Amino acid sequence: MADFDWSFFTEVLVGGLLSGVMYSLVAIGFVLIYKTSGVLNFAQGALLLFAALTFVSLVERGLPFALAFLVTFAAMVLIGVAIERTVLRPLTNKPPITLFMATLGLSYIIEGAAQLLWGTQVHGLDLGIEDLPFDVAGVFVSQFDLFAAATAALMVALLSAFFRYSRIGLGFRAVADDPFAALAIGLRLPFIWASVWAAAGLVALVAGLLWGARLGVQFSLSLVVLKALPVLVLGGFDSILGAIVGGLLIGASEKLAEVYLGDLVGGGIEGWFAYVVALAFLLIRPAGLFGQKLVERV
Amino acid sequence: MTLHTRLKTAALAAGIALAALSLPAFTRQALADEQHFPLQSYRVGPYAAGGTGFFGGFIDYLNLINTRDGGVNGVKLTWSEAETQYEVERGVEAYERLKSHQGIAAWNPLSVGIAYAMIDRITADKVPLITINHGRTDSTDGRVFPYVFPLLLNPYSETSGIVNYIASKEGGLEKLKGKKIVVLYHGSPYGKETIPIYELLAQKYGFTLQQIEVPHPGNEQQSQWLTIRRAKPDYVVLRGWGVMNPVALKTAAKTGFPVDHIIGNVWSNSEEDVIPAGEAAKGYTAITTQASGADYPVVKEIVKTLYDQGKGNLEDKKRIGSVYHNLGIVNGILNVEAIRIAQAKFGKRTLTGDEVRWGFEHLQLDPARVEALGAKDLFHSINVTWDNHEGNGYVTFQQWDGTKWKVVSDWIAPDWALLRPIIEKSSEAYAAEKGIKLRTAADAEGVTN
Amino acid sequence: MTVAASETTASLLPASPLAPAVIKAAPLALLLVVAYGVIPFIGDSYLFEAILLPFLALSLAGVGLNLLTGYAGQVSLGSAAFMAVGAFAAYNFHLRVEGLPLAVAILLGGVSAAAIGLIFGLPSLRLRGFYLAVSTLAAQFFVQWVLTKFSWFSNQSASGVIDAPPLTLFGLTFEGGAGRYLFALVVVTVLTFLAARLVQSETGRNFIAVRDNETAARIIGIPVLRTKLLAFALSSFIIGVAGALWAFAYLRTVEPAGFNLDRSFQILFIVIIGGLASLRGAFFGAALIVVFPLILSRLGSLLLGDVFDSGVLDMTQRIVLGALIILFLILEPDGLVALWDRLRRRLQPGSRPA
Repeated sequence: MADFDWSFFTEVLVGGLLSGVMYSLVAIGFVLIYKTSGVLNFAQGALLLFAALTFVSLVERGLPFALAFLVTFAAMVLIGVAIERTVLRPLTNKPPITLFMATLGLSYIIEGAAQLLWGTQVHGLDLGIEDLPFDVAGVFVSQFDLFAAATAALMVALLSAFFRYSRIGLGFRAVADDPFAALAIGLRLPFIWASVWAAAGLVALVAGLLWGARLGVQFSLSLVVLKALPVLVLGGFDSILGAIVGGLLIGASEKLAEVYLGDLVGGGIEGWFAYVVALAFLLIRPAGLFGQKLVERV
Repeated sequence: MTLHTRLKTAALAAGIALAALSLPAFTRQALADEQHFPLQSYRVGPYAAGGTGFFGGFIDYLNLINTRDGGVNGVKLTWSEAETQYEVERGVEAYERLKSHQGIAAWNPLSVGIAYAMIDRITADKVPLITINHGRTDSTDGRVFPYVFPLLLNPYSETSGIVNYIASKEGGLEKLKGKKIVVLYHGSPYGKETIPIYELLAQKYGFTLQQIEVPHPGNEQQSQWLTIRRAKPDYVVLRGWGVMNPVALKTAAKTGFPVDHIIGNVWSNSEEDVIPAGEAAKGYTAITTQASGADYPVVKEIVKTLYDQGKGNLEDKKRIGSVYHNLGIVNGILNVEAIRIAQAKFGKRTLTGDEVRWGFEHLQLDPARVEALGAKDLFHSINVTWDNHEGNGYVTFQQWDGTKWKVVSDWIAPDWALLRPIIEKSSEAYAAEKGIKLRTAADAEGVTN
Repeated sequence: MTVAASETTASLLPASPLAPAVIKAAPLALLLVVAYGVIPFIGDSYLFEAILLPFLALSLAGVGLNLLTGYAGQVSLGSAAFMAVGAFAAYNFHLRVEGLPLAVAILLGGVSAAAIGLIFGLPSLRLRGFYLAVSTLAAQFFVQWVLTKFSWFSNQSASGVIDAPPLTLFGLTFEGGAGRYLFALVVVTVLTFLAARLVQSETGRNFIAVRDNETAARIIGIPVLRTKLLAFALSSFIIGVAGALWAFAYLRTVEPAGFNLDRSFQILFIVIIGGLASLRGAFFGAALIVVFPLILSRLGSLLLGDVFDSGVLDMTQRIVLGALIILFLILEPDGLVALWDRLRRRLQPGSRPA
């Protein structure tokens, strides 16, 4: 193809990769919970909504940015601990499908509570980052997306450091490897679980803010989990690295497909294309990119 | 808990459950003369912002009529609400629950899906179904759909109105030749409905057209807007829904498309659609049938009579005069005036659904009458007849200045004559499929009690 | 609600010296007598249109999913997609094949759903657990896209919504709430009966073997792959027919968006809350899912309607519903059917008086 527009291709690719980072952000929240509790936490989307809505409502009531962030984070930690205490602990050793249904119930509660507390109004969220494109050799790149990517990278670095070097982190890995052995050597599982839920709350808060700035803070925010699920399938439910790489792959391939294949069938294929990519990949490697080999749950 | 107490609890729960279900909730007998509006509202869920605004405005207007005038000629207006969350089956449940109320004037679900599920049911019950600014386009044809009223604007008229507006900006319909327009539509039946009409108009006026789909819910539009940037159109028409709208505006800014060349349709025209987009929405223009703002006499009266007394329906007073609130108020005006017109013929009492239907089919409000109602410039006029259930509503365009909408055009008339044959073709096909006999003007005058 | 209530009366009958088999069958027979012989005459339109019709359609979908998830152990989040295939295929068969009886069209709708189910069941050969569950979401989004994208499926209707044809069976037309209820009841009875036969057959035992231990099943010579695909096909067939009932008998109209992910979750809830691997459970679960929110909303507006607006009430109901689901999963993880059986054992003659 002589007249193939390479700069346009690059633009789509870069845009897709940056969108992929946004998917990864949401996916990481799932991974944290899945690794320790073995449950696909469907309430992650609701948590994200709750965090963003709380933050934006606090800011609108005049709280400074940093304070609002801290208060929301504290609230997320409390919610995480509460979920661990009241929902997951009584359901220990139940089949994963039961746990999954419980997180669905949980998402009803959290969505309801978020709207009851803060109302159903649509809010704008301005993080103070200009979202104008800048030109890199003829390719437009969004500043905001770069910022989001940097934030995601920072968060992954922090989480990795936390799990590598802190006592809780070590415990987390022990639990993820073998909960019974971890219990046998006297690790306090509930404490570790609670900290993981708190970490997932933090991820939800960061993802909620970045997505909230893109979409506005409203009910539909909880739908971004649908973008994260194929990423999880591709990357493996239990791998943070997989979530990142999976996000990039899904983001890039769905955008390229929409632009180049979409025309052939009339467009709008992004919604399911990501799942097909993930599926096709899985047929070759059933445990995902970086997932553990044995995935025989449910 | 022993088995005994457990059983007792279970029996008690079952008893309460049965009692609650069999209770004829909300079906108080109409004591004095009253006209009832059952409201399938949605104040929760993804579309709550629209629901609270619209039903808030509707209730506010009914309340104003009761408080200020003591009802319509002494007939009190009443209403009851059932939450649907915009879900069809909840809408059906609400319909079955509320339909036994005495003296129902009309149904106003503000949801295409719920409206569709109700068409057979309300036709059997002979009660009007109002789908202001939305609904099934071919229900405009009163010969086939006697009880359905897509008042003011159906999707086809909206399309024609938008193209006429673009033409007026360019200096006339003949200037459209050679221009390029992209329509960005929501990947749903609603979004796709106008595809053939845009194609028809493109052919008629000679502009190039590209229609691009955004998959539901529309929270990712990078690839679509990159395609748009490459196509370099003169205008983009945004036929969006919910979260798709702010994301479109943000992504447009991100990919460098000028926002003042994006024209929104009637479900992309509210404050809720632009506020989340922040700066990126400044200069965005959208079609509307009712101007926004609180300066119209009728809105001022609502503030004075209701909100100042703490009786307004909106929780947040800042939303008074917003697009959805004003749409609700206009919807209230149209419903109340239909009752008033029907009362002039049938008497000042509780009317049957079919009598109110007659009222809607004679709902002719010229600009002078609209002014008398305190709604001059809020909306233009309406002219419903027995076979034209849309009523030739005019449209106008508003531009978002970062804090509020500002009207930037005159009242524009869609090309109704062009659209009518297309609508009739569709409605006649429906009539043939369902074995419906076309109604005549004489049929429409006959009213059952 | 009425169904559950009549079952209660049945089991409260005084003990009789009849053979155990008869005692066991008696409640079911009584239930059928009430469902066919009493309810159509005494129910009002609210009971049919708002409670029984959605209850029947969802119960049948629950029976279908239970075959797949409860018996064969494969989790699917794509049930609503198979419902959509069933509804739209039945609509098109009826529309495009002159003189085809509606019953056959619905049957063919089920067959189409089975074919699609088979295709989306293919990943089950390699995937398990949540990986499989999430990949069934591909069906969910793909089917909705196809049905929206190609307006041929909705007979070029401008707004993509289909209108249901009149319900006829053997020359009889079923009209009105009671008529459509009877139509749905016949379909549900027949298919549930067949499903009950199936789970007791060798195929049913193969399902369970694959669920409990795939490797062991393979060792004793069960064709695991074929069994899994068969489970997907049979389950999708029933779910497809349920979709046709939902569209034709209940709503009388349907757009693709009506079969969304929430509906899939709802059906999964029905199966889990009712009780896995129990056909009765699907009915219990559907009754709870349909009736419970209605009771909550009635009680809410009755007790607190004057204090709060309907938005606040509905959000509170959402919270209560979520909490009850969790509570239920904690207290009775084996589902309503386990609760019911325990209750019944206590009431059986010979045990201590209640």
